[in-house]
Amino acid sequence: MQITSPEFKQNARAALADPNLQKALRHVRSNFIDKRAKAAGALPEFEALRDNARDIKNHTLAHLDLYLEAYEDRVRQAGGEVHYAETAETARDIIRSICERAGAKTVTKGKSMIAEEINLNDYLEEHGITPVETDLGEYIIQLRHEPPSHIIAPAVHLTREQVEESFRKSHTDLAPDRDLTEPTELLAEARAKLRERFLAADVGITGANFLVAETGTSVIVTNEGNGDLTQILPRVHIVIASIEKITPTLNDVSQIMRLLARSATGQDMSVYTTFSTGPRRPEDPDGPDEYHVVILDNGRTGMLGSDFQEALRCIRCGACMNHCPVYHAIGGHAYGWVYPGPIGAVLDPQLIGVDKAGNLPNASTFCGRCEAVCPMRIPLPNMMRHWREREFERHLSPAVARYGIGFWAFFARRPRLYQWATRLAMRVLANRAIGKGRYTSLPLAGGWTKYRDFPAPEGRTFQEQWSARRKAS
Amino acid sequence: MVGAEEGVVSDREVILGKIRRALAADGNDVGRRAIVIARLEGTPRGIIPERGQLPQEERVALFTTMAEKVSATVGRIAALEDVPRAVAEFLRKHNLPASLRIGADPLLADLAWDGTQIAVSHGPSDGGDPVGLSHAVAGIAESGTLVLTSGPDNPTTLNFLPETHIVVIRAADIAGDYETVWDEVRETYGKGHMPRTVNMVTGPSRSADIEQTLLLGAHGPRRLHIVVVG
Repeated sequence: MQITSPEFKQNARAALADPNLQKALRHVRSNFIDKRAKAAGALPEFEALRDNARDIKNHTLAHLDLYLEAYEDRVRQAGGEVHYAETAETARDIIRSICERAGAKTVTKGKSMIAEEINLNDYLEEHGITPVETDLGEYIIQLRHEPPSHIIAPAVHLTREQVEESFRKSHTDLAPDRDLTEPTELLAEARAKLRERFLAADVGITGANFLVAETGTSVIVTNEGNGDLTQILPRVHIVIASIEKITPTLNDVSQIMRLLARSATGQDMSVYTTFSTGPRRPEDPDGPDEYHVVILDNGRTGMLGSDFQEALRCIRCGACMNHCPVYHAIGGHAYGWVYPGPIGAVLDPQLIGVDKAGNLPNASTFCGRCEAVCPMRIPLPNMMRHWREREFERHLSPAVARYGIGFWAFFARRPRLYQWATRLAMRVLANRAIGKGRYTSLPLAGGWTKYRDFPAPEGRTFQEQWSARRKAS
Repeated sequence: MVGAEEGVVSDREVILGKIRRALAADGNDVGRRAIVIARLEGTPRGIIPERGQLPQEERVALFTTMAEKVSATVGRIAALEDVPRAVAEFLRKHNLPASLRIGADPLLADLAWDGTQIAVSHGPSDGGDPVGLSHAVAGIAESGTLVLTSGPDNPTTLNFLPETHIVVIRAADIAGDYETVWDEVRETYGKGHMPRTVNMVTGPSRSADIEQTLLLGAHGPRRLHIVVVG
């Protein structure tokens, strides 16, 4: 997708003024948080499982090269092929050549954030192959030519009315006066439309929630069953996944699975958890003839051994964005690239550059809710702070901010001067605000006072009051 | 693709090399390899929730409660020969077509369908079958989950294409947790090996992609009926 992260501020302003988006976002605030809390609360071992899941992924990352090799061996033994892709470009080429060899005209797709990351749909279309998204949310946004706004609920930014409008515009072969007022009718229409596509597709492409080293298995987790129809009906199944999806054993996967659906949708378990190992066997009456796995790096090895290594534990449940006050206010598109919310603020600067995505780690109140709910205990606010530091070190932050911080640092390093200056400033600000108690505008602080008043200081600094109290006691 | 053109470093080598440099690790380090082999061989179980650790009857009861919680329906019969009657009753009660697609599972093969007026056909589904019948090799009480394996006995297409999916499971095959089922899979298929597809199914298909409203019957079956035997 096109990167608009550098225009984050304009994006956010537009999002706040978009009535449809604001209406749709109400469902995020009310639904996800309660459901997750209930599901997590109902499992006494939930917190211990979080610790264990963190440890499993840490162990895996520390031995990632060896687990990749073990995984690859098993896939091959089962008759599948493994392809490595260092860049998005290579991944697209590999997928295209598999599709071309299969003579593919249409490709069905299960929901995959990696496919979004490498811009696969546009690329396939440019090469005469029609990609069909089959997850209901992805199907809706494909009809609208929009990117997903959430990693597990891609159409969460849309209202029912907007979905109806898109279906009427796209499904022109159906009666124009048909009733689509109920969501069930919309679902039934999408089901019928996509059923034809499932049965006609030549290649099915899915992502993977896990790649299991023990058995060479790829795992997908869905509620709709679209991922399964995508991978069992066509002749060729391609899995596209990034290196950190490797998980040692089926037991390790099961430990993390207990966190995934609870953190994502508040379900104990998603409806379909499917373990696929290689292509169809000689005795099998169904399933794909070919099974390919494309393993993508795309900058992730650069996170290993860095301040951001722990973000590779992410299992893409979406809990961080579901609990983020910034995401609640502006939705996912404003972030301007594939991964929105707190995890996006950490991943996007790594994957597309801090020069482009530097705004994202700054768009946080550091309230810490994301870290509190992250099933993999990723220290998201801390990582956003690291990106802020890097942005500053690389002179990417705006000049005003840099001078402001430099100015403050000059005083902060000189305690006596600092105390004298703040004491003076507090007295001046207190005196000038007598009777009002607040400032509606302040020089050099227009950004603050534009949206709220600045409370007038009481006349004495914290340090003064502190020492006065200590003397008194 | 492994074994790229000569003289060109493959993406595989580049990625593995980057990982090793970042971790300051050696791919031939015997100690690291031993740790990895130990985990792959030892398959530690981790933390198993107490919830499913119950005697068999209570386990079946928990399985039923959890499956019903996610909108599956559950019936229980005493013996296998009652399956045709139970299936016929279910289809009649829900006004569904008396037509059934079944794989070659020996457990379901010898059942007497003659007395039921159900038209039974065998093999994978091409999307035209209203009702599929499968045999689940295991169940998981903890979450009301069914475990189905691919092959001629239970073609995977039957799990997804028919609008109604009926699944037969033996009470004795209901485990407390996923890890116990993996132990059984390892025993059946050999360590490190899997059937082509293992489907864990927890309730009928659903979507909440339109305004977060939960709707049943997205792309997979709209109805999931479980028949517990024994």
